[in-house]
Amino acid sequence: MQTLTNRAKPVDRRPMTLAERLYVVNIFKGMMITLRHMFKKKATIQYPEQQRPFSPVFRGLHVLNRDEQGRERCTACGLCAVACPAEAITMEAAERKPGEEHLYREEKYAAKYEINMLRCIFCGLCEEACPKDAIYLSETFARSNYKREGLIYKKQDLLIPHPIEQPEEYRKALGNRAKQKQSAN
Amino acid sequence: MNPVLLVIDWAFLLEKAILISVVIGLSLFIAMYETYAERKVAAFMQDRRGPNRAGPFGILQPLADGLKLFFKEEIVPNTANKFLFVLGPSLAMLTAMMTSAVIPWGSSVEVFGRQVNLQIADINIGVLFIFGVVSMGVYGIMIGGWASNNKFSLLAALRGASQVISYELPMGLSLISMLIITGSLKMSVIVGGQVDSIYYVLLNPLGFFIFLVCAFAECNRTPFDLPEAENELNFGYHQEYSSMKLGFYLFAEYINMFISSVVMATLFFGGYDIPFVSDAGLVESIGQNWTALIQCLVLFLKTGFFIFLFMWVRWTIPRFRYDQLMNLGWKVMIPLALVNMVLVSLLVLTGIIG
Repeated sequence: MQTLTNRAKPVDRRPMTLAERLYVVNIFKGMMITLRHMFKKKATIQYPEQQRPFSPVFRGLHVLNRDEQGRERCTACGLCAVACPAEAITMEAAERKPGEEHLYREEKYAAKYEINMLRCIFCGLCEEACPKDAIYLSETFARSNYKREGLIYKKQDLLIPHPIEQPEEYRKALGNRAKQKQSAN
Repeated sequence: MNPVLLVIDWAFLLEKAILISVVIGLSLFIAMYETYAERKVAAFMQDRRGPNRAGPFGILQPLADGLKLFFKEEIVPNTANKFLFVLGPSLAMLTAMMTSAVIPWGSSVEVFGRQVNLQIADINIGVLFIFGVVSMGVYGIMIGGWASNNKFSLLAALRGASQVISYELPMGLSLISMLIITGSLKMSVIVGGQVDSIYYVLLNPLGFFIFLVCAFAECNRTPFDLPEAENELNFGYHQEYSSMKLGFYLFAEYINMFISSVVMATLFFGGYDIPFVSDAGLVESIGQNWTALIQCLVLFLKTGFFIFLFMWVRWTIPRFRYDQLMNLGWKVMIPLALVNMVLVSLLVLTGIIG
């Protein structure tokens, strides 16, 4: 019969030899294979303690960024909400009062900012739409939750830690992805 | 007062009671850690790590498993025969525990000037007792499968019963070839014949191999685990069982595994005999009690190897098809055991061995 590729191998249909019919030899061979596997390197990654590095293009949980002085960058322009194909983002704008300059960078800020993680498809269009570099997708992912409400992330869930007060947490939350973006800008 | 009561040796009674509780506690403990070992061995053979969260190296995992089983809801199906449904796992557990009565765990120790034999009952039909009790174990499966009132369970129970019966025959025949060599059914004599002498596995290797395969079948272990075939019979005879009743079945399986490993070590690998060391000489140099302790440990090491073998085989070989199982049992194992029996008896008759 003509084969489609030259890789095809005919099935060995010879009757089994006595050694094969005794099973014992082959069983012994198989047991040696499993025994060898006992001493092999384990494939397991001990998840919470040990984590695999994310790919550089990984798009994870959203983070609302702050500038170097710890002021929120978001101005509640709503471009991210418009860009969002899943309509996961809602926000409410508010005007900055005198004396709040150390909290918000611009005169307008987001009083409420919510992302529904059940709707979000992590496409990253919000990040691309943002003119202020205020939102980006980090290298973590949304944690599981018992209730749907728990997966609607509020502003305090999304906001990055303060860079001056909590520098350690800030750097961790920033991740490699944002650093790359900032150096590119 | 009844004159019979007066002549009871109370110290003897106490000694046996302690021995029984120790042996039962030990077999339960070992069965517990067999579940852990099974999971670890399985994991390692599949390049995984196995349970390692409960305690260091997952040492407390069996406790967690046991607790889980106790906290599960106890379900008795509506259509089940309530009495038999409870009797099934109890019987499986009972028969599993009973076998340990005739195993010699060590020579003897001296406590308060008394010679205490490390064997619960040195009856003159020791091997026969084990054989009888083990074959009773199939009632646990049969009754459980029948009482569940469920087609899968019943089918599994039938499979289990026919399998155990089919494999008991070659097991018995291989035992006969053993008994021709030992000349006694008494466990202490069988071990005594091997102490400081050649092990019977060297005299009767084929008999040992047949016994090993049949032990796998009797314990319903892979490749002979047809009664509880997960993927064909929905876990077979214990499908309807939940909570600790299921735990009893699983536990009974592990105790059976332990006991059959001990029996194999005792019959073919010299039992508590310390290999390459003269036991009598050891008694003189370090004392009787220490020797007994070492003997016990040696027996457990031998047993541990067989338990590992059980697991090793389980995670290597796939399950037999039913007709293959029956072919192997009736057309291969029984003729082989018969030939072996004739061969061994000829050798004994001509005085080459034994």
